[in-house]
Amino acid sequence: MEKKWEEMSADEKQEAQFQKMLAPKDPEGNDIKFQSPEAEAAYKANINRFKAAVQLKAADRVPVMLFPGMYPLAYGGITLKDAMYDYDKCVAAHRKFVLDFQPDMQFGAAGPGPGKFYEKLDYKLYAWPGHGVDPEGRSYQCREAEYMQAYEYDLLLTDPSFFFRNFYLPRVFGALEPLQMLAPMTSILEMYGVAFNFIPYGLPPVQGAFKALFEAGEEALKWAMAVGGFDIEMKAAGVPNILGGFTKAPFDTLGDTLRGTKGILMDMYRQPDKLLAALDAVTPIMIGMGLGAAQQTGNPLIFMPLHKGADGFLSDEQFKTFYWPSLKKVIEGLVEGGCIPFCAAEGGYNTRLEDIRNLPKGKTVWMIDQSDMVKAKEIVGDTLCLLGNMPSSLLHLGNPEDVKAYAKNLIDTVGKGGGFIMCNGSFFDHAKPENIKAMVDYTKEYGVY
Amino acid sequence: MPDELTKLLSDLKETEALELVKKALAEGVDPMGLLGEARDGITIVGERFASGDYFIPDLIYSGEILKEIVKLLEPHFGGEKGKQEKRLGPVIIGTVAGDIHDIGKDLVVFMLDISGYEVVDLGIDVPVQKFVDAIKETGSKVVGLSGFLTLAFDSMKETVDAIKNAGLRDDIKIMVGGGQIDDQVKRYTGADAYGKDAMQAVKLTQGWIGG
Repeated sequence: MEKKWEEMSADEKQEAQFQKMLAPKDPEGNDIKFQSPEAEAAYKANINRFKAAVQLKAADRVPVMLFPGMYPLAYGGITLKDAMYDYDKCVAAHRKFVLDFQPDMQFGAAGPGPGKFYEKLDYKLYAWPGHGVDPEGRSYQCREAEYMQAYEYDLLLTDPSFFFRNFYLPRVFGALEPLQMLAPMTSILEMYGVAFNFIPYGLPPVQGAFKALFEAGEEALKWAMAVGGFDIEMKAAGVPNILGGFTKAPFDTLGDTLRGTKGILMDMYRQPDKLLAALDAVTPIMIGMGLGAAQQTGNPLIFMPLHKGADGFLSDEQFKTFYWPSLKKVIEGLVEGGCIPFCAAEGGYNTRLEDIRNLPKGKTVWMIDQSDMVKAKEIVGDTLCLLGNMPSSLLHLGNPEDVKAYAKNLIDTVGKGGGFIMCNGSFFDHAKPENIKAMVDYTKEYGVY
Repeated sequence: MPDELTKLLSDLKETEALELVKKALAEGVDPMGLLGEARDGITIVGERFASGDYFIPDLIYSGEILKEIVKLLEPHFGGEKGKQEKRLGPVIIGTVAGDIHDIGKDLVVFMLDISGYEVVDLGIDVPVQKFVDAIKETGSKVVGLSGFLTLAFDSMKETVDAIKNAGLRDDIKIMVGGGQIDDQVKRYTGADAYGKDAMQAVKLTQGWIGG
């Protein structure tokens, strides 16, 4: 008899997840039909090669991935604005990028997001082409602010969902401002007086906000059909998606879009206990976010872009007190739930290697930006799978020979014995196509084990 | 104790430092003297950052404490406010066109400021021409270009080119930094130097115009 999910060990759960990935299904639960027997073989080889790397083993060769920012759009001859407002164009550009360069796995076409959706809700957290950045601009950019005030920790701690619905969402979505009028769900208790709680839903501004939500939902669905269709198409062509979902380090959750960078840094000095309590409160929410996404997509790879833990940003003591403990819990919680956390160590992580090495062995992937790769291999190579490190500057400004030399060095040192995946180290919006091609082709040729 | 405020600020003791300032003002201590002590404290913070004992949050926090101290002192300044020690520079700093990131740029501005330079902060998403105009207006000899995204490579190059085309390049030193900027990007943009962090920006500036 098959073992129940909750009775499985972490190894067994990971294996079950890989088996699920090897038999891809569409959203209705039907098997995806591969384009050809070759495509099916390539799909399976790509996953098995990736699996070996995650488990710190060597398969046939070093896997090679591309994790671009908005570059596929420029490569496909369209602007970010085009991609945000015409989902077919967005998909076509990503299709061309994947099929032309042939990485082992792809990252989907969801990056640009649905422009009309953001417009309908009057999204204020980011600037995007025509809305705060140049209409021809290649990327959207975050507008940092204190969307959560220094004195609002207790509000967040008492009921995070109430805080998000009544305070945070009205601040980052103009169309959702009326949601601040809603009563807490938790006041809805018994017959006497229960109707009072529902009065706000009868008011025109609130009804307007819900109308905007319905319309935005329809737009999101339209967009999701397009980018979801792209994933199925790529799988049928033999290229699996490396992104099963997304979550964050609790410190970044609070620091990026709630308190803001300066806000959270000041909280470390001015109200450390509140900050620590909030990090604790957010931790299970971040685990749930990853596990939920994996369940929805049938893909256990949960991406976690790490922002404020980089070298020099926090002191060692601050990292160990405020950043790492909650992040470690999220990573372990995800692994326990059968997921493969995929952390992007943006910036340098040279001084954090001794900390991050203490994670379950062969269960996580780490995208490395600017850290010393040889040192990383030496310190964390027996627990973590390393991915990345090809510099964005080299891909944009170097030539194919430079790229090959850099790739050779990575393969010779970090690639040794397995546990390494060739990839760019940070997201890029600009590159020379011949450099990307050199990285992929050279890895496939020289990276053979 | 003349150095107490300097010590409290350099040790990032916000509550104690503010209490001390309130008490001193009540006792009639010269606010300009207190401001000088506070500035000395910030200088020590800068030194500790340079030596690797302090990190970015410490730097930002010290700036916040200084702001709070100045708030307490300001009503007591009278006519003396404009009086300031002579500063080197000016150094022009800005995040290049198309890029709205400011944290790295603000750190460079702060470090240059506490290191005794007058800084002209042009802000974020700065059009090429604005850098050129600022150089002409201020006669600055040092320009720092900040950028986080890969689009900054080209914006930096365009800015350096515009400075060259305006006939100002020979008299000026240009440094670049931020995010994905490295030596290769420096060469591409035609800048004089690349700095990995805010301390590097100070060292480069010192090498060029002293201080």
